Amino acid sequence: MPPILELNGASKSFGLPHERTAILTDINLTVEEGDFVSIIGYSGSGKSTLINLISGLLKPDTGTAKMDGELITGPGPERGIVFQNYSLLPWLTVTENVRLAVDQIFPAMSENERADCAAKYIDMVKLTPASGKLPRELSGGMRQRVSVARTLAANPKVLLLDEPLSALDALTRATLQDEIADIWEKNRTTVIWITNDPDEALLVADRVIPLLPGRDGATLGAEMKVSMTRPRLRSELLHTTEFKALKLQLVNTLLDAKRDSNPTITKRLSAPDILPEDLSIKRIQFGKAEPRRRSKLEREELKIEAS
Amino acid sequence: MKFFYQLKLDAILLPVIALLICLGGWALIAGHGKTTVSVDDWGDKVTKTERFGLSKNLPSPAETWTASKPYIVEPFAKRGELDQGILRFAWLSLKLVAQGYAIALLLGTPIGFFLGLSKNFTRAFDPIIQILRPVSPLAWLPLGMVLFSGLKVVDSTGRTTFGTSDAAALFTIAICAMWPTVLNTAVGVRAVPQDYLNVAKVLKLSKPKTLFKILIPSALPYMFTGFRLSLGIAWLVIVAVEMLIGKPGVGGFLWQQYNANSYAHIILSILTIGFIGYILDRMMSLIEGRFRSA
Repeated sequence: MPPILELNGASKSFGLPHERTAILTDINLTVEEGDFVSIIGYSGSGKSTLINLISGLLKPDTGTAKMDGELITGPGPERGIVFQNYSLLPWLTVTENVRLAVDQIFPAMSENERADCAAKYIDMVKLTPASGKLPRELSGGMRQRVSVARTLAANPKVLLLDEPLSALDALTRATLQDEIADIWEKNRTTVIWITNDPDEALLVADRVIPLLPGRDGATLGAEMKVSMTRPRLRSELLHTTEFKALKLQLVNTLLDAKRDSNPTITKRLSAPDILPEDLSIKRIQFGKAEPRRRSKLEREELKIEAS
Repeated sequence: MKFFYQLKLDAILLPVIALLICLGGWALIAGHGKTTVSVDDWGDKVTKTERFGLSKNLPSPAETWTASKPYIVEPFAKRGELDQGILRFAWLSLKLVAQGYAIALLLGTPIGFFLGLSKNFTRAFDPIIQILRPVSPLAWLPLGMVLFSGLKVVDSTGRTTFGTSDAAALFTIAICAMWPTVLNTAVGVRAVPQDYLNVAKVLKLSKPKTLFKILIPSALPYMFTGFRLSLGIAWLVIVAVEMLIGKPGVGGFLWQQYNANSYAHIILSILTIGFIGYILDRMMSLIEGRFRSA
């Protein structure tokens, strides 16, 4: 059976043909059903581009992106995305936002069934009391929960999370990390979670893959397996030696890659060889006027007056 | 002074002061009549009215009020085709505006959507739009007359209910009022965030569903700004059109009263046009504000 997701030598660059900037090169990734993968990288290193390749919003320039052994030709509900900036429709209430997905994916269901389905997912993200509210009446964390509910309601085979929590404060972030991990425990869908936070990556995922910047675009580094048992308790886990070792290794990998990707050029600095002139004194000069240069001085007189 | 601000008197008092200043200025410039009664050589009484002042023929505020009273006190009276209460005239104008405006919206909104959605459509049609946009209503009307010449819808009694001039009037209003709707809709459609479109793509919404569930709600605030500006223009155009084709309405009344040397009624018409335009704009602003906050 082919893996649920497979990227083979995928690369992507942007810009006009003669001045293209390579974003991703030679991305190879295999995700099996039920995997919880976290991809970690610097901001601007092409993480969102990578998730867009997987979702089908972008096509790779070279290489292939396959799902269940078939080429990904465009976006589809079987690969649900939770966007970084929530992407809720501001004129729809929480329920209506979730219903948008439910109505589209389950047209065969009756009205009541669809309402129940939406309510189930809203309850899953603990937003039932706010179900009639508009997104602007909710906090950032609540909005992201709605986005998660909407994506889950489409019953995706793969759940893609594009830095879902990076716009939130640290406390809300921690709560939501735990909650999404809990939901995953119950559903066990395949998850690809993109993040820029090493703690987050190690806490939630089974496989952590760094996206390393390089001179010709970023590429995936060596995978780290996180075998810590679930449910992972943040308070205990953060102090275990295993976690600390993994975090150190991960951070070092990322830092090394960053160092390598910044080319160093040594330049010799030289001050201009020019002397100040008194413009009130007319200089007698033949030929082309040139500034006075220290290197061309034949004799320098220094008068020192002792007082 | 504190008391003054507490009661928000300034909000009422200042406009009143400004109004009085304007009325004073008007009264200062306006002429005033002097009626002399004399007995001529035949023993008959002769009344002679002479007018004085900076602008002799401009009626003073008081004269304007006296002359306008019958039109204001009985706003819906109909004494003749061109002698009706002022609100009846306004109603006639508004009816015509509503028709022309409806055509403008029905044409302008889809064109705006095409402009917003297709770069090639914009490249192709933008120059034409930019050239047609600044053309005055006075220039469009004759073209409308030519375009619809010979058009006649006759009712059972043989009276023409919809003729060339009606069609030309609607054409002029529609084509002049359309542009703000077209351009604002286009801007609104271009401003739909890519995120919303990505949501539609991931859920595989069909084209019509994307249009009705994503594009239109997202562009609606911009569209309403366009609708409001369009209504303002439609109301400007109606007066010019009525003056040219002599249709009963506020504009037609204004022109007829000018020809009848009844200058006070010109001022009445101008004030009516201003008031109604203001009310229309406020109404559209309220609706617009409701969509903006959504």
